[in-house]
Amino acid sequence: MKSTDQGYGLPARLLHWGMAIAILAMFGLGVWMRTLSYYSTWYHRAPDIHKSIGIILLLALCLRFIWHLLDHRPDDSYLKSSERKISALVHHGFYLLLAALMAAGYLIATLDGHVISVFGWADVPALYQQKGLEDWAGLIHEWLAYALMALVVLHAAAALKHHFVDRDKTLQRMIRSNPK
Amino acid sequence: MNFKSLLAASVLSTLSLGQAQAADYVIDTAAVHASINFRIKHLGYSWLTGRFDQFSGGFAFDAEAPADSSVQVEIDTASVNSNNAERDIHLRSGDFLDVGKFPKASFTSTSMAVTGESAVVTGDLTLHGVTREITLNADFLGGGKDPWGGVRAGFTATTTLTLADFGMTYNLGPASATIEMQLNIEGVKK
Repeated sequence: MKSTDQGYGLPARLLHWGMAIAILAMFGLGVWMRTLSYYSTWYHRAPDIHKSIGIILLLALCLRFIWHLLDHRPDDSYLKSSERKISALVHHGFYLLLAALMAAGYLIATLDGHVISVFGWADVPALYQQKGLEDWAGLIHEWLAYALMALVVLHAAAALKHHFVDRDKTLQRMIRSNPK
Repeated sequence: MNFKSLLAASVLSTLSLGQAQAADYVIDTAAVHASINFRIKHLGYSWLTGRFDQFSGGFAFDAEAPADSSVQVEIDTASVNSNNAERDIHLRSGDFLDVGKFPKASFTSTSMAVTGESAVVTGDLTLHGVTREITLNADFLGGGKDPWGGVRAGFTATTTLTLADFGMTYNLGPASATIEMQLNIEGVKK
């Protein structure tokens, strides 16, 4: 279950790739749903899906952070110390950005007291109501989403650089538990 | 009437118009005895209601000469409130009010046709950067002393606006091309 010196364990990899796919899909969905016309059948459905997945991602983020604290860290002694520092910065940046992004998204939907229905399975209550802040929440959500995508590009570029230029096992560690 | 007296008369009327715009009654937004509400059909199936929470203005009114009345209102467009934060974000966006670009809407009356306790108020409405002449159907509700040593007067007025006339062309469907505005105005005499 846990990660080893060689590579990441199954829970870590599932959380990483599951959230990666969901986050990219959420970005696309978020941009697309704002272009829908009022008479589109997706006009209400797309935001409902966006909010539902958002809540699930928030739970996944909490789970992942807890697992990150409990899990063993794969050996990264082969990296330069500057690389380790930058990668720690980017990884913590992801946690912070995602938490803030999701908080802002949650506020857009709930500042006026509305609940978020997660696919009709459960209602997430409005914990903080302050009508009038929704424009700020919206702007912050938008800008953090773009900032997150910038970080994703940086992260993916670094992974590809390690794989194709440095030819080390950095990317492999996140694909199989025991890369050669 | 020679040219000079004509000029004097027009200057005088401009002055009195200026005075009228200064208004001898201030709309009681401080204690919220005034509201600017709207309703628009949703899909043609129901009425969606909302209001503008922030506005200011005043009116000149003399019960002896009601036809000389005038009214002036300025609305903070960002204060639109339809009791749904996500919808309000949309209403403030470029699809509708575009409040970043057009933070104020204003109405200034230009003439008044009084019949008994009612009046047809003609004036210029500036909304979404477009100025057009509109008419309001106004009713005088009452006026006189209030219990706290002041003098008040109140009106209600309605009008119907076509959103496209003011450059708002987002398609809400054929039943929602027009919006009804209702102004409830109570003024406190200065």
